[in-house]
Amino acid sequence: MGNIWTIFKRDLKGYFSSPIAYVVIGLFLIVTGIFFYLLLSSFLQYSYAVMMQQRGGMAVNVNLMMIRPFLLNMSVIVLFVIPMITMRSFSEEKKSGTVELLLTSPLTTTQIVFGKFLATYLLYFVMVAVTFLFMVFLFIWGKPAFWPIFLGYCGILLMGGGLVALGNFISSLTENQIVAAVGTFGATMLLWVIGFAGDLSGKVLGEIFRYLSIVNHFEDFSKGVFDTSHLVYYLSLSFLMLFLTYQSIESSKWRG
Amino acid sequence: MIEVKNLVKHYGSVRAVDDISFSVEKGEILGFLGPNAAGKTTTMRIITGYMPATSGTVRVAGYDVFEDSLEVKRRIGYLPETPPLYFDMRVRDYLKFVARIKGVEPKTIPVEIERVAERISITDVLDNHIGKLSKGYKQRVGFAQALLNNPPVLIFDEPTNGLDPRQIIEVREIIKSLSFDHTIILSTHILPEVSMTCNRVAIINEGKLVKIDTPDNLQTQLQGSEAVTLEVEGPIEEVQAAIQQLNQVTAITVQPSRKENVATYRVETAAGTDLRKELAATVVQNSWGLLGLKSEGLSLEDIFLRLTTKEEEVN
Repeated sequence: MGNIWTIFKRDLKGYFSSPIAYVVIGLFLIVTGIFFYLLLSSFLQYSYAVMMQQRGGMAVNVNLMMIRPFLLNMSVIVLFVIPMITMRSFSEEKKSGTVELLLTSPLTTTQIVFGKFLATYLLYFVMVAVTFLFMVFLFIWGKPAFWPIFLGYCGILLMGGGLVALGNFISSLTENQIVAAVGTFGATMLLWVIGFAGDLSGKVLGEIFRYLSIVNHFEDFSKGVFDTSHLVYYLSLSFLMLFLTYQSIESSKWRG
Repeated sequence: MIEVKNLVKHYGSVRAVDDISFSVEKGEILGFLGPNAAGKTTTMRIITGYMPATSGTVRVAGYDVFEDSLEVKRRIGYLPETPPLYFDMRVRDYLKFVARIKGVEPKTIPVEIERVAERISITDVLDNHIGKLSKGYKQRVGFAQALLNNPPVLIFDEPTNGLDPRQIIEVREIIKSLSFDHTIILSTHILPEVSMTCNRVAIINEGKLVKIDTPDNLQTQLQGSEAVTLEVEGPIEEVQAAIQQLNQVTAITVQPSRKENVATYRVETAAGTDLRKELAATVVQNSWGLLGLKSEGLSLEDIFLRLTTKEEEVN
């Protein structure tokens, strides 16, 4: 445990002492901020129009019309940002030779894999958590329902676990950060578009594709619905990827 | 302290290490000597537990490197060919990190860092960023990192590689000073380095252990196989044939000179024989002109070349 903590802390410091953490978080905030602004202003226009037409008729729902689309947008934006978070993880150590230090120190591969995963995951967590500030504005000037928002964020964080683990795995395969980033990007895109493929293919195959699609599992979360099957999907994806990372480190020892 | 038995390592179909066995006693400095890509680094990486062997065993302080790899890793300080440094860290933070993962008691870490820094003389750069240090200092931080937690065994892969002459001398001093209380394996492809720093030399070539002995012994062993150079005026082929016929001649190399029929012959003979008289007699009997004759010992450089060059057989 102490060793996981030591590696976690060093990696995290590495991210925050270089520009990378700030650039990634800043970029993410700008893009999500733009979406938030656009969704909010169109929501306000709409609700104003409704107010004018029907005097005191049906109420507009901020959760359904504004927050849910925002969360869905965010779930796609993270697909683009996660490769930038995870590309350094193992590739950098391989390139600079520090992996030799880690692998000849009295550490287990599991400790290394978990320490590095947790550092990248915390960076992701911080990045997503900062966008919660947008929600705070909604709470100050409106009355959105809390639980759907909370569940939506849980969904984003769970999905991120799987994707960050995937990024770590791909980063463990190469010593080139660019290759790691592009590879991770390709893999996340594949997990996204496979859902569209699901809509176009036959019944059984379509069902499988839809099940594999990482964004499909998020839809229930965005509605504020909790379903354990999605939790199981995200957790299995995370553990599968961590297991593959472990295998990749172990086998790189054999290959040299 | 270190026992290597029948070590073999394949990379695909390439045999990087081919049946190497040796042992290192406590307090010894063993030098791996060999051309690049001879298998030195691979052997070291297997000993440190960085990669497993295809077959064979390595024991460090009684622990098997494959079975008890954590116990072995606790007892080895390793400096790879490129020092494993995080350039964005300060030296002190880096050493703190390494001390932690090496299992130094958290309370004693500052003391341990001071001890190591003083020993390697990097106290004055402890608060600098590693990326901004000179190459020599980076190498020193690499040494410091290996010394943390005071492991009994130290392994240095090409510790003087890429340093300038002054830094090389400093590094040798460091290694010598460490030899009092550590067992050390180091590798190099520079010959004088071995005779200057090591108790024993293992010459490795193409994955095989060619010879392992003290530098002095290697030198005397092969010095015994006296080499004589003589300059003779006479038909080169005939002279060569005549010399070849003498007893105990093991090798001849001919170097023709600019003058016709004049060449320098380097004649190597079996241990303990001095062929100068016979050589002189042969030349005179054939009424060629003997222009020069001198006996010479083999330098370590020659030994290295002889032992690692394919065409020539040694024994």
